[in-house]
Amino acid sequence: MIETLNKNTKTTCYHCGDFCAEETLVLNDKTFCCNGCKNVFMLLSENNLTSYYSIEKTPGKALKQSIGNKYAYLDDTNIQSKLISYIDHKVARLQFQIPNIHCSSCIYLLENLYKINNAVVGVRVNFLKKTANIVYDVNKISLRQLVELLASIGYEPSFTMNDINQEKPKNINRKLLFQIGVAGFCFGNIMMISFPEYFGLDNTTRHYLSSAFGYINLALSIPVFFYSGQDYLISAYKGLRKKLITIDVPLALGLVVLFVRNFYEILSHTGLGYCDTLAGLVFFLLIGKWFQQKTYDSLSFERDYKSYFPISVIKINSDNQTTTVAIDKLKIGDRILIRNNEIIPADSILLKGKANIDFSFVSGEKEPIAKELGEIIFAGGKQTSGNIELEVKKLTEQSYLTQLWNNDIFAKDNASKVETFQTKVSKYFTIALLAIAISSAIYWAVYDSSKIMGAFTAVLIIACPCALALSSPFALGNAMRNLGRKKFYLKSANVVENIANMDTIVFDKTGTITQSNESQIEFMGNPLTQLQKELIFSVTQNSIHPLSKQIAQHLNISSAIILNSFDEITGKGIKANVGGNEIEVGSAKFLNILENESNALNTRIYIKINGENVGCFVIKHAYRTGLKQVINQLTTQFKLHLLSGDNEQEKTFLQTVFPTSSELLFKQNPADKLMYINTLQGNQQKVIMVGDGLNDAGALKTANIGISLSEDTSSFSPSSDVIMDAANFELLPKYLQYCKNTMKVIYVSFCLSLLYNIIGLSYAVSGTLSPVIAAILMPISSVTVIGFTSISTYLLARKMR
Amino acid sequence: MKIMFVLIGSSFVLAIGFLIAFIWMVKNGQIDDDYTPSVRMLFDDGTVKKQDEEKVYKKK
Repeated sequence: MIETLNKNTKTTCYHCGDFCAEETLVLNDKTFCCNGCKNVFMLLSENNLTSYYSIEKTPGKALKQSIGNKYAYLDDTNIQSKLISYIDHKVARLQFQIPNIHCSSCIYLLENLYKINNAVVGVRVNFLKKTANIVYDVNKISLRQLVELLASIGYEPSFTMNDINQEKPKNINRKLLFQIGVAGFCFGNIMMISFPEYFGLDNTTRHYLSSAFGYINLALSIPVFFYSGQDYLISAYKGLRKKLITIDVPLALGLVVLFVRNFYEILSHTGLGYCDTLAGLVFFLLIGKWFQQKTYDSLSFERDYKSYFPISVIKINSDNQTTTVAIDKLKIGDRILIRNNEIIPADSILLKGKANIDFSFVSGEKEPIAKELGEIIFAGGKQTSGNIELEVKKLTEQSYLTQLWNNDIFAKDNASKVETFQTKVSKYFTIALLAIAISSAIYWAVYDSSKIMGAFTAVLIIACPCALALSSPFALGNAMRNLGRKKFYLKSANVVENIANMDTIVFDKTGTITQSNESQIEFMGNPLTQLQKELIFSVTQNSIHPLSKQIAQHLNISSAIILNSFDEITGKGIKANVGGNEIEVGSAKFLNILENESNALNTRIYIKINGENVGCFVIKHAYRTGLKQVINQLTTQFKLHLLSGDNEQEKTFLQTVFPTSSELLFKQNPADKLMYINTLQGNQQKVIMVGDGLNDAGALKTANIGISLSEDTSSFSPSSDVIMDAANFELLPKYLQYCKNTMKVIYVSFCLSLLYNIIGLSYAVSGTLSPVIAAILMPISSVTVIGFTSISTYLLARKMR
Repeated sequence: MKIMFVLIGSSFVLAIGFLIAFIWMVKNGQIDDDYTPSVRMLFDDGTVKKQDEEKVYKKK
């Protein structure tokens, strides 16, 4: 009845857009799902801020929890000083991370916060980073009140241990932009000045104009070479010292030759020089570099356990008074209070209360674990049944979970040492280039010694691999943007190329290939009467088996009938007597029922009442939709493995999903997973790890590519190369295929740019390269390569649906 | 043709002006956030007008 009622009255909340399921509050003809939403609306309308609702529909987020004393720790001056970036006797400024920022209305409301509370001096929102810079009057409001104000309108800032312990070094590197600006300025002016020369000048004007133009060009090329182009020169020098030939070597060679020849030609009045080519080259290269530098600011790819734990915890003092303390101030022996849905911050002993800890994020075990008084509870678990009191046994940074981060792999910065396609090619390219340059010099030494230097330098100039150097940044940068649009966020553009080289995928189970919410239960058979439901509920409620628990939860009946007898046979089923009725619950085999269909895809629990088969509960596995197709598509190209922190309960089912060649391992702790990836890599396999929780953190970091799945990309995810929206799990094979296709685009554009080089070289070797040809060829080749890579990566992305 | 030098000189001064403006802009952090200002400029200042209110009613 309740369900049908809800379906008929689908009123949505004016504030947050959720369906008003439990209660509907009405105010000014507007409906609200809860008091929280209504209060926010009232507050905003009192302050004339209802534009909030006209910019976007239902922009709010419902307040699911009351704030209470949650932010008491912000009264601690020590914590305050770490959060606040500037303070004097009047105002303070600080930056909040607000994950709830999601639409234009959010920007509007937050930036008009001063209308709600005049203690707020100003707010600046950065939408992409999901941050708000707030300046407030310290005499009128405390930090805690400010945060509570934000939380009360649905914009709760997130604080983690990281914010407090880490210094914020982030000073955006703007040097590249300055370099582009300077290069662009010089490029434009040199072009303007060189144009008359290209179209030809009569002899009288040429006399004084061209030499003046030459000197101006020369002057303009100096900042291009020494300032804008310095990174290429430095990086080529560094590479050579390490005996590495990167793409920067032929680039730098070209730049130096261009620069020197310009000086020689212009000062000796023997030619016009190639200043425009030099400036254009540097300008295009820098644009490519800038294009590749896109990052997703609101996502963090480098999180460790510190950002998973809360900042503070409630401590119980000896006089039973509670205070809030920062987690890093906890001492061994402290008594702490953990409320429902809070995370255990340190390994501790249970003193009081009913502990039911959900370790799914930490260990991969699906079911919450009940703990007895006096038992050790490891840090990282989430309490799920009421308040408990604990005594701290180990500090947070020394706890069982956080020890994983002491492993060496977290200490070293494993910047991928993979040799990229570009570096591989540049080695041969440079050698070939030098060979051609030298042989053409030798040729002219024999036939016409006046052309030696001209041909030699022209080869180095025209073959300067500008288009080649641009193809990778543009293709990879574009691929990264296209993948980001499909909610597959890469740490950097180079990850695309790395993914294309992988041959093995390791999956985590809980939370990765299964969904974190409850599995679905359906009853098959004649509909149960109320009495039958009560009977089954009474029996299953007493069982400790997770499946029975799920059935009891599904039936959701308030009153249980007292059992006369109860006999549970572990791993098989239950026989019980309830008020004279014989109830049997269990597998088909246990109850001697013949099954008529295969049931590999789900688990069935049969029920017999007084010897009569009344039907069965079908429990569907909470696997992600399309899992089977995903695995089938991936098997053709990858070796697949599964590492689960859970027990082997679902092994038989998973064997039907995964191909027989794949390895399925269960009861793996975080260190096991890390070791397993290491072993695979030892066998020369290139491994992608797909995981979600803290228990996968080590494996994600060790693997060549770590993909972390996240239900909500603004919430915590362990450090990885890729963050992927879990809702798009089905698209995983397509994402990987797209990366491979992008590499093909790079190969083709590489051939294209070689083609241009060959055309240019034919002029250069014959000693007939004029500045005009160089000035035309260089931009054309760059533009074709940029156009080709951009269009083809875009078209490929459209196929990815 | 000597007028060319005057022209070139003045175009230079202009271009340098733009370069300085660009550097100034970058230094000020104006291109650090390339999304939020585009939204911000569309907000009305001050109080909500009655038309806005009506629009909201019609939408519902």
